[in-house]
Amino acid sequence: MSTPQLTRAKEPLFSRLPVISHLKKSVGLQRGMLIVGVVLSGIFLLTSIFAPLLAPYGYSQLSDDSGSFPTQEAPSAKHLLGTTVGGYDVLSRVVWGSQTAVTVIIVSVAMSLFLGVVLGLLSGYFGGWLDRILVVVADAIYAFPTLLLAIVISIVISRGQSSFWGGIFSCAFSITVVFVPQYFRVIRAETIRLKAEPFVESAKVLGASSVRIIGRHIFKNATRTLPLMFTLNASEAILTLAGLGFLGFGIEPTSAAEWGFDLNKALADTSSGIWWTGVFPGVAMVLTVLGLTLVGESINDLNDPRIRGRKRAGRTPVPGTPAGPELPANPAEAGKS
Amino acid sequence: MTTNLGNLSDGAGTEQPVLTIDRLQVTFATDGGDVHAVKDVSLNVGAGEVVAIVGESGSGKTVTAKTILGLLPETAISSGAVVINGNNVISVSQSTLRKIRGRDVAMVFQEPSTALNPVFTVGWQIAEGIRAHSTDGRRLSAKEAKERATEALRKVGIPDPETRVNYYPHQFSGGQKQRVVIAAALALNPGLIVADEPTTALDVTVQAEILQLLRDLRDNYGTSIVLITHNMGVVADLADRVVVMYQGDVVEEAPAKVLFAEPRQEYTKKLLAAVPHLGRNSASEGARGRLHQDGKILVEAKNLTIEYPGRFGRHGFKAVNDVSFTVSENEVFGLVGESGSGKSTIGRAIAGLTRTTGGSLKVLGYEMLDFKERTFRPLRKDIGFVFQDPAASFNPHLTIGECVAEPLLIHTRPGAAGARKKVGELLEAVQLPASYAERYPHELSGGQRQRASLARSLALNPRLLIADEPTSALDVSVQAKVLDLFKDIQEQYGFAALFISHDLAVVDMLSHWVGVLYKGRLVEQGIGNQVMGSPQHDYTKRLIASLPVPDPDEQARRREAHRSLLGG
Repeated sequence: MSTPQLTRAKEPLFSRLPVISHLKKSVGLQRGMLIVGVVLSGIFLLTSIFAPLLAPYGYSQLSDDSGSFPTQEAPSAKHLLGTTVGGYDVLSRVVWGSQTAVTVIIVSVAMSLFLGVVLGLLSGYFGGWLDRILVVVADAIYAFPTLLLAIVISIVISRGQSSFWGGIFSCAFSITVVFVPQYFRVIRAETIRLKAEPFVESAKVLGASSVRIIGRHIFKNATRTLPLMFTLNASEAILTLAGLGFLGFGIEPTSAAEWGFDLNKALADTSSGIWWTGVFPGVAMVLTVLGLTLVGESINDLNDPRIRGRKRAGRTPVPGTPAGPELPANPAEAGKS
Repeated sequence: MTTNLGNLSDGAGTEQPVLTIDRLQVTFATDGGDVHAVKDVSLNVGAGEVVAIVGESGSGKTVTAKTILGLLPETAISSGAVVINGNNVISVSQSTLRKIRGRDVAMVFQEPSTALNPVFTVGWQIAEGIRAHSTDGRRLSAKEAKERATEALRKVGIPDPETRVNYYPHQFSGGQKQRVVIAAALALNPGLIVADEPTTALDVTVQAEILQLLRDLRDNYGTSIVLITHNMGVVADLADRVVVMYQGDVVEEAPAKVLFAEPRQEYTKKLLAAVPHLGRNSASEGARGRLHQDGKILVEAKNLTIEYPGRFGRHGFKAVNDVSFTVSENEVFGLVGESGSGKSTIGRAIAGLTRTTGGSLKVLGYEMLDFKERTFRPLRKDIGFVFQDPAASFNPHLTIGECVAEPLLIHTRPGAAGARKKVGELLEAVQLPASYAERYPHELSGGQRQRASLARSLALNPRLLIADEPTSALDVSVQAKVLDLFKDIQEQYGFAALFISHDLAVVDMLSHWVGVLYKGRLVEQGIGNQVMGSPQHDYTKRLIASLPVPDPDEQARRREAHRSLLGG
């Protein structure tokens, strides 16, 4: 029997990157959602990178050459989004805030990723008492409300308030502790499944050491879902950070701009009709989380061949078939079966 | 209830076919573009006729079967006509389609354990189909439906149907579950049953019973059957007419006897020639005594027992019970048995994947009872293992070359150039182009992957090779080639092999010495063709008699013999 030769050239690295490969195989609404998500996340990232250029003032700037900023001033030509009760420029705070958010996401997700994956692989592959202890610890962490846990850790690390990096790390650590069990569980479950796969058994039969089996055979196969988890957790990290800031456990306004802190300060303004101090940091947060979630959810749907939408079959003529049979007059009928 | 059972045979005299498929085309939308699964299929099924659609995987036979019931997924579009009782299944509305299903045509699935819902009684599941359709203008009451379900169970030969109608699926054996599925299909007395690989998931002895049941249904109730299968033996046993499909097209259509006796098309000839036939080209042909006994004994099992621990308060399960055998250098030892007989467990125990619990198992002089991974590892380079599913036994992220080089990298330090050279040699030994080393496993076909798997197991020149059902996931024609290759390589490299399979004909083709396992016990062992030719143990006799051979006339004789064996 002749077998079809699959000599399709390997695609360039660029088109095999997670989001880009997904974009290529998406159609219709799923594609729209993914594009919206990518655009929103892109704006978020670019803003954070170019914050020094985009922001008209510094995040803790209270005055310029023409004197101190007015407090609680409505949006004007000088302060496009107005000023806060403390006299900060809202636009600058929002722009700089994205930088804090990105830093916290990167630090926290990187740490939880590393810890979660390593513990998950070891726990899943070796099992036994190590596995049992780690699972109990993970379950215990799950039992705490996320935010409460983050507050406790934040207090432990930085006694509530601190400098830029101190604040960032306390937020990142607390988010890490919350996220590690998630990564741990996913990787552990995948590892347990993969451990029974014939290709792992075949490596065992060949006499490969456990380190080699984990590193070479399980690791890459178990970490397929990570891009998805990364995007979903990134949005959750932003919300946790904002929650900490809102409750007053974030970063001081003189060390960095932080959306949750600004929202907290804007709380009193709402009753007196001052809307610009609260709306803009809030909108920034919503759009960022929405963008990241859209990317994550789209990747999730596109990874699953059962949910992924496809172009309708039959648009191109059938090669190599006799011209005799014609498609039914009503294409809707043909699609029904 | 019984009055409406025979009415279909009255219609057999008229020439109206039960099913007409006319120029059917089915196209699927996939990531790789459109796939034309069925290109141009036309066929008729008359009343009381058994039409078999045969073909290898990817030939479009299952898609054709699903089209008959309108079960294609949303990504498929179909054109042409599939006419059942005047309704074109492709173009009718969903509600008409629901009426047709069950009443005019029903389906029997491949895997009975997944076709039944484990949380409902079988009676409820059969009655569900009955109550979905109105009879004589009214819906049946639950009680009446259950009576009918009981009746259907009786028809398919489930003993004591009044009690067992209330049983859950897990209380039935595999063969009985398939009977229940057939009963559900029969409940509304459809004129046509589409059976998609109805016996593939079943053991040979059970398969014979299900085939007998399907034949009885046709004979007694005049039900037409469309039988989808890849097994030529099943076709020879049951079919009146055969449609051979290849890559979405009908290659040949002929009455069963004609097709087997004088196939016209080249493809059909090749397909039939590839089917292993019990008693033909046996590896132990003409042998008087056991071959290859002059060499060293590599594997020696004495009263070997392997027990899986039971759950709390229950006894463990003895997968292997008091088994003794030896495998010597150069010898191919064939291990045959049905599912659950413990054959794979023995193979895995020899490879150190399963711990032994009793008796003694010596592998290359190492006593497996005190197995320690650390002390056994040096011996692993002398043991090769070929897994059943070639697709799953390769790491999807490594290239074929990297996979084949794994054993070399683990046990020797060949260097990059040396490894590449050796991989090239190995691939050529299993008749794969050396350039395939650059490919990923999913870019190879099943047969090619199994060759690569063989290359990997041979990389270190092992003294012992364990092949666990190496060809059961492959198509017949591919299987034939892989088996030939295995035989050649075994002669060339001269390793001892433990060849595990459920297929008697395959085992006989390769093995010098054959052991028959039944429920964990080795009931018989002997020279391959003697075990197959004149079995001693009752179970072996039954096993061999149930195996359908790809020849309708011979199979009809064997069927009679089988029946008398069971009767006596």
